[in-house]
Amino acid sequence: MSAAPQKAKPGGQQIPVVVSAVVPLNDLVTRFEFQCRDGGAFPPFSGGAHTVVEMKDGDLTRLNPYSLMSDPADSSTYAISVRREDGGRGGSLFMHQRVKQGDEMMISYPVNLFSLDLRAKKHIFFAGGIGITPFMAMIAQLERSNGNWELHYACRTESLGTYVDVLSYKYPNKVHIYYDDQNQAIPLEDLLDGQPLGTNAYVCGPKGMIDWVHAAASAAGWPDAQVHSEEFLKPEPGREFEVRLCKSGKTITVGENESLLEAIERAGVEAPFLCRGGACGQCETDVVKADGEFVHRDHWLDDDQHASGEKIMPCVSRFLGTLELDR
Amino acid sequence: MTIQFNDETFRDDYSFYNSDWAIKRFPFPFHEDSYMYAVNMEQHRGGPEGSVYEKRFDVDEHYVSEMRDRAMVLADDPLRCQSLPHMTLAGWDLLELIMVSKSEDYPDLFELHRDGNQWRWVNKPLGIDDTFTFLDETTLPYGPMEYITRQTQGDFCVLDQRDDMLWMDAGMVTTQADWSLDFDIGMNFFEWHAPVPLAHEKGIFKRALKFLLNIQQGAPARRLNWTMTVNPLLDTSPENYHIWGIQKTTLTPENIGSKQHLRVELQTFFRLPRSNALVFPIRCYLCSFQDLMTMPKWGRRLHRVVRDLPVELATYKGFIDNRPMMLDYLSQFDDGLPTSPGVWPDQETEPPLQK
Ligand code: HEM
Ligand code: FES
Repeated sequence: MSAAPQKAKPGGQQIPVVVSAVVPLNDLVTRFEFQCRDGGAFPPFSGGAHTVVEMKDGDLTRLNPYSLMSDPADSSTYAISVRREDGGRGGSLFMHQRVKQGDEMMISYPVNLFSLDLRAKKHIFFAGGIGITPFMAMIAQLERSNGNWELHYACRTESLGTYVDVLSYKYPNKVHIYYDDQNQAIPLEDLLDGQPLGTNAYVCGPKGMIDWVHAAASAAGWPDAQVHSEEFLKPEPGREFEVRLCKSGKTITVGENESLLEAIERAGVEAPFLCRGGACGQCETDVVKADGEFVHRDHWLDDDQHASGEKIMPCVSRFLGTLELDR
Repeated sequence: MTIQFNDETFRDDYSFYNSDWAIKRFPFPFHEDSYMYAVNMEQHRGGPEGSVYEKRFDVDEHYVSEMRDRAMVLADDPLRCQSLPHMTLAGWDLLELIMVSKSEDYPDLFELHRDGNQWRWVNKPLGIDDTFTFLDETTLPYGPMEYITRQTQGDFCVLDQRDDMLWMDAGMVTTQADWSLDFDIGMNFFEWHAPVPLAHEKGIFKRALKFLLNIQQGAPARRLNWTMTVNPLLDTSPENYHIWGIQKTTLTPENIGSKQHLRVELQTFFRLPRSNALVFPIRCYLCSFQDLMTMPKWGRRLHRVVRDLPVELATYKGFIDNRPMMLDYLSQFDDGLPTSPGVWPDQETEPPLQK
């Protein structure tokens, strides 16, 4: 059809916001609250959704996804909680060091790649560290509809137990906390055993934890479709490489500390994206020629597609050698 | 503009008609002189003023009569509206989307007053003024999806999204082109599309699904689909095939211009915020061949499209038997002149028929 063709904006719709509060929670984690700049209401969202926060860092535009952790029913405020990654690529440091109450920022509309299965009779949540954030919103949503849930939350130490206090106070019977430094571990096998039929499990945390829950659930006979996980990959540094962008006739160099997607954008070439974490599929790009080795890191393409060398997800994947893309 | 609502029927005496305004804004679906299935999706962010693409939910002169027809279909067959238990939240999402859109886009026809969860909805064309509590089903006469879709033109499929797949877990389907909600309920995207010819082989559904899974809040999309219907029937369901199937044999060279209708579906896609479900409204527009022929460009083009359409598609769309008679009629309006690109009639620039 060609009724009124319009180009989609890469990254989807954005909302102009003002930072309404910056609340340090412990040594590593700070909560940022946003309000709409026009004073209006935010769109409603579903528990598990994230927003992509745009950070203007000098010439650099950083775009990082963070789970929305506020109550989905509260349309006056969105909140995210950010863990400071001292060895990271700088997004979380920017948030911690530079963002102040009253700052104006742009954030994306909510996107949910980790939603509740609303058919489930019961929801069992496994959180590790900062992986608690999507569950904060899911819990608020389920409380409102009398949903049946329980949370198992592993933290390094008591002082780093982000939101342990509120959660334990409000839901003493549903929340179970485990501290690594006290050698407490989630009794996963026992928990997976004997859940009522139709229970769904959700895990958010470090990669090791996600793999552990999937493996244990599968060994205990759980159907894959009843075990949900979310892991935002971060683009990883790597060796510099050169890319020719056929459609736009440009040749670019991807630096050690930037992603292929960021390098494409830096060259002024529009490229689609949503999650910037290898999960949504939006940035999928056709490979025209490849001389070297792929470093695929996404969760989107399947093994055959990875092996074919015909596609790459530039938000997280890299290349060793020289590459030619249909972009 | 204020809309003058027609008093008309889509059954029995078929008094349905299109005004000149409705003909001019008819969503003619062919942007070139041939047609094949494609992943023909674009953003749904408005369109030219007065066109059916302008508003999120188009309201036109057929509104009141279409809603009357829907109520009759539901009275005969309540299974045209179904919602699996986990889809109630998505129903509220849909109710909110439509009420907000219509009250903003047509403030003279619809009003929504919200005070927290206490909502008042005023639908002037249908004479409705209801107060209810948002998210409390006991305060509405029907479930939220049924309540709002009894007041909105077009069919609605509400798809749950799980495991990178869409599931037809709720819907209001009374104006469909020969498929059945009762049959498709609970099916997934590939299962309900199984009867469609050629498109699977071309990989169209795989790509379409990837696109749909990624539709985001605030960024709706749309596409057009089309078929042919004899008599201006909205309800061409398998359940009632015994009633309308036989009408296809009543076509004659004399009555084809008024009886044969091009049926166009404006399909839109919206992500629903609270449930993360997807809603797929399918809005049906009908236009008789003789009305279409008032636009010279459409006359030339429709003849060429129908003539060259692959047999598989003409068969699936149910007009293979009548195609020769259609071509006899349509060829009178094709003088062989070239047509301008795009769907618009281009009345000012396209030459009149040279025959
Ligand atoms: C989630 C949204 C969608 C729903 C609920 C839906 C539903 C349906 C149904 C029920 C049919 C009739 C199948 C039958 O014969 O029983 C159909 C036909 C079809 N669908 Fe979809 N569909 C959706 C999205 C799409 C998209 C995005 C495409 C894009 C290419 C598409 C392409 C088609 C085609 C080509 C046909 C055949 C239509 C004809 O020739 O008349 N559908 N769809
Ligand atoms: S942007 Fe989501 S996978 Fe690359």
